[in-house]
Amino acid sequence: MSLSNLTRPWEAFSYGFLDASAKREMRRKMLKAIAVPGCQMPYASREVPIARGWGTGGLQVTLTLIKPSSSIKVIDQGADDGVNAASIRRFIARVSGAAETMDTLEASILQSRHRIPEEKLRDDQILVLQVPNPEPLRPVEPNMSAAREMHADADYSRLWLTLYEQIVRSGRIMQGAAYPALVNGRHVMTPSPIPRWDVPKLHMARHLTFLSAGREKRLFAVPPFTRVEPLVFSDVPYKVEDHASLTCDRSGVKGYFMNEIPKDDGTSAHELSDSQFGVKAIRRNEGETVAIGDTWYKNGTFTQ
Amino acid sequence: MTLQELHIRAAALQQLPPQLMTTPPLLTMTAISKRYGDVTALQDVSAKVYPGEVLGIVGESGSGKSTLLRMMNLEDIPDEGDYRLDLPGLGGNLFHLDRLERRMLCARQIGIVYQNPHLGLLMNHSSSGNVAERLLIAGERSFEALRARARDALDASEFPLARMDARPVELSGGMQQRVQLAKAIALEPALLLLDEPTTGLDVSVQALVLDTLKRLQRDRAITMVIVSHDLGVIRTMADRVMVMRRGSVVEEGLVDQIFQDPQHAYTQQLVHAKL
Repeated sequence: MSLSNLTRPWEAFSYGFLDASAKREMRRKMLKAIAVPGCQMPYASREVPIARGWGTGGLQVTLTLIKPSSSIKVIDQGADDGVNAASIRRFIARVSGAAETMDTLEASILQSRHRIPEEKLRDDQILVLQVPNPEPLRPVEPNMSAAREMHADADYSRLWLTLYEQIVRSGRIMQGAAYPALVNGRHVMTPSPIPRWDVPKLHMARHLTFLSAGREKRLFAVPPFTRVEPLVFSDVPYKVEDHASLTCDRSGVKGYFMNEIPKDDGTSAHELSDSQFGVKAIRRNEGETVAIGDTWYKNGTFTQ
Repeated sequence: MTLQELHIRAAALQQLPPQLMTTPPLLTMTAISKRYGDVTALQDVSAKVYPGEVLGIVGESGSGKSTLLRMMNLEDIPDEGDYRLDLPGLGGNLFHLDRLERRMLCARQIGIVYQNPHLGLLMNHSSSGNVAERLLIAGERSFEALRARARDALDASEFPLARMDARPVELSGGMQQRVQLAKAIALEPALLLLDEPTTGLDVSVQALVLDTLKRLQRDRAITMVIVSHDLGVIRTMADRVMVMRRGSVVEEGLVDQIFQDPQHAYTQQLVHAKL
């Protein structure tokens, strides 16, 4: 009898880079975040092999959620092929054995910075947003203990005050990204840094959303079918970016969130910010059969 | 009780101002004591303020007058003592309220003007925004209504409306006090607390601010408590005065009575002190 007969053959203790105890801590905090929608949960935030501020929060959530049968899509500023997005996607696939994909319809986990895809997410998909600053009250209350008390009291009048100031000073609400939104009628979260265009996509959505800030060590969640209402005055309606009339220069698609491309002659062209959505449209134009999912915006107007 | 005694009592009652007889006090503080380490800030202080009345509190620096005012605004909790406001829906000692109840009460029923505008104002927001914040806390969510009500409050405190969107840092001291005042009266509070509202302003501006306060008091019959070490301010504004020294009240009475005929040695010294 030898030792090898008595022990099991060698296998990996864990997969997905994080060790089992780190994952367990993440899972607990994620469940807690789902239980109290929009409430920030502190977590340990382990080291991962990218720098703080480059998506470590989102990466830890993704690494905890992922399994070898998942397929992972990573978006950076709407594009899948940026250096950061490509590196994160490749890293996740390498440590977990999950499939890489760029197609929103195929992905089971979508990690994103700045954008929510234009195609509607299903209830079997999970969106993970990388968040630089999870605290909506930070601009109005630099003292974090005071801010936590304000969350406890649901005292968000200062946020309305900033919106008031913007209307007074500029005639309209200037808050472009990180527009504060009330989740489930209780906690205000900053869905940073997605544009105003994307905030309505979280309202009563079918998918689960995690928002995680690795540097600030906080994560929060929007469970499926949860109310997400951007803060607005009763007589000043919420307005998304005025992109409904813009046409994509590359794909000819109209009515979605666009990136502005400055031209040499001083004018500017526009192209779809959700680049994979644009790629699909181009391929369809060229005669390929491509499945394009249902979209949140139709002809520039939002439909639930 | 004999008929004669009844007559004497009736005569005594008639000499008192009728309001003091018929209305219960709006504010009642009983036996407030507060120590900071070895320092006794307040020792067994009681105070009553009747509706529509202006109570002045005078005393030297460190006599506990500002501490008392902070307690009226529920910013500070004493070691012992009882504080009641005679308002609908309020019962029991207000010092036992929790943080949220305290905040709502202070926002809706108590207005305060500090000596230092930095304590009362958000310096990097517009003046109208400062007033609007109060209304936002009370749950106003319509932009037009916020704007109109902020304008009304600033107008009532005689703030030049052309500058209503200027930030308080860009304004003069007198204007900053007016913004504070507008913020304090925006929700038409039951009680207005003034902590040395004119100290640090030059005499002419001081007179203008006092004028505004006086007019507000006349038009709206706001109950006020005004803390000052300036006897002139107290003489102009207050109906009744409380003289404090070393954390306790040494004398209390009508303004004319105290200033014309001070009984306590310290009050005599105070009234007769001149440069």
